[in-house]
Amino acid sequence: MVNKPHGGRLIRRTVGYKTKKRILTELDDYTRFNIKEVNAVDVQSIATGVYSPLTGFMMSDEFQSVLVNMRLPDDVPWTIPVVLDINKDNITFEEGDALMLYYNDRPMARMYVDDIYGYNKKEYAESVFGTVDDAHPGVQRVMALNDTLIGGEIELLEDLENPFKEYTLTPQESRVLFREKGWETIVAFQTRNVAHVGHEFLQKTAATFVDGLFINPVIGKKKPGDFKDEVILKAYDELIKHYYPKDITHMSILRYEMKYAGPKEAIHHALMRKNFGCTHIIIGRDHAGVGNYYGPFDAQHIFKEFPDLGMEAMSFPAFFYCHKCGNIVSSKICPHDKEHHDFLSGTKMREMLKTGEVPKPYQMREETFQAIRSFEKPFLE
Amino acid sequence: MAEERKHTTVSIPLPLHRKIKARIEGTGFTSVSDYVTYVLREVLASLEEEEKEEVFSEEEEEKVKERLRALGYLD
Repeated sequence: MVNKPHGGRLIRRTVGYKTKKRILTELDDYTRFNIKEVNAVDVQSIATGVYSPLTGFMMSDEFQSVLVNMRLPDDVPWTIPVVLDINKDNITFEEGDALMLYYNDRPMARMYVDDIYGYNKKEYAESVFGTVDDAHPGVQRVMALNDTLIGGEIELLEDLENPFKEYTLTPQESRVLFREKGWETIVAFQTRNVAHVGHEFLQKTAATFVDGLFINPVIGKKKPGDFKDEVILKAYDELIKHYYPKDITHMSILRYEMKYAGPKEAIHHALMRKNFGCTHIIIGRDHAGVGNYYGPFDAQHIFKEFPDLGMEAMSFPAFFYCHKCGNIVSSKICPHDKEHHDFLSGTKMREMLKTGEVPKPYQMREETFQAIRSFEKPFLE
Repeated sequence: MAEERKHTTVSIPLPLHRKIKARIEGTGFTSVSDYVTYVLREVLASLEEEEKEEVFSEEEEEKVKERLRALGYLD
């Protein structure tokens, strides 16, 4: 049996066809509220159960509980607030009202406003990111939020536009897929890069101990210089086609905006994959980190604080090529000095490709490299 | 951005109003209107729930399988 959803119940907050049709004829009855891309992605994730057991944007008691306890008020582990912000001067509704959330000028979801509340941005940033340094990208985003939050349940009318539908599975769909494949233990791999050989060894090492490998690239807003989403997908398609057993491997995407919250985000990544039906998650070096804000293995250690998470972290040291071993190894299994080591990283791979340097076979598979090269402009500008 | 709030008035019998007013004393409801709104939403949501339940029906699960087969994920 695949893993139980987080909080015990897979949430579906989508309205049926008849209800949607009726609501669309009653749009004038709702207060219109335009949301940002990050909010729209959250709405989609709430509605399809990626954020189970959340049924809407967090209310003040949930928000405070997450900041203070890393748990929802009913004791379910949760580390990252899921909030909808507004400038208080723009509030023309009150608690009890129903809003129609618009994204890109289209009605996306209905929301019942159950709570309108102020909050302390520094407390938010300090709790989630462990810093209030405004050089941290997550802190910057929190500081740029409006001064008031709105909490309440949502119901999805219209899916977020998705250029990668064939790569998208809802948690309900992935659960059916895993069940039909006979997988009971599934390890998730979170990524936002094309794979180098170190990634491949990491995934295959983890997959050795479970029934299935769920490669789950994060798709969405990224920084200039990052790989384009379609490049990541094509590169993985080629890698899986040539080097992975089909009967134990599946790849589908996750629409999500990275928070760079290091350890706390690692827990969030785990519970999202739990909702897809996974039982394990690969946590490598500096998972979801940025700069030097977190220790390289903080994201592995935090799992110890959540014995009731229902997800097992498969923690690995960094993988690298050792010229003396003549193999991809990790610090745990290689006895040689650093001078023999060729460390691989997404950043290093990107730099090499940008300068036209061809990766060596122990750095990147030829098929992956050719997939990247098939794009005239593989990087975001 | 948000537009002006829209409300309307619904009449209920006075004895019912008195009963509700007594019932909500000491609860989180601050007015009879709040309570009535809450109850009506709950009733409507449970009606809509019938449509939601179809999402989890065998028929729907078969559709999921069809999609997975069409995508080449299932044989």
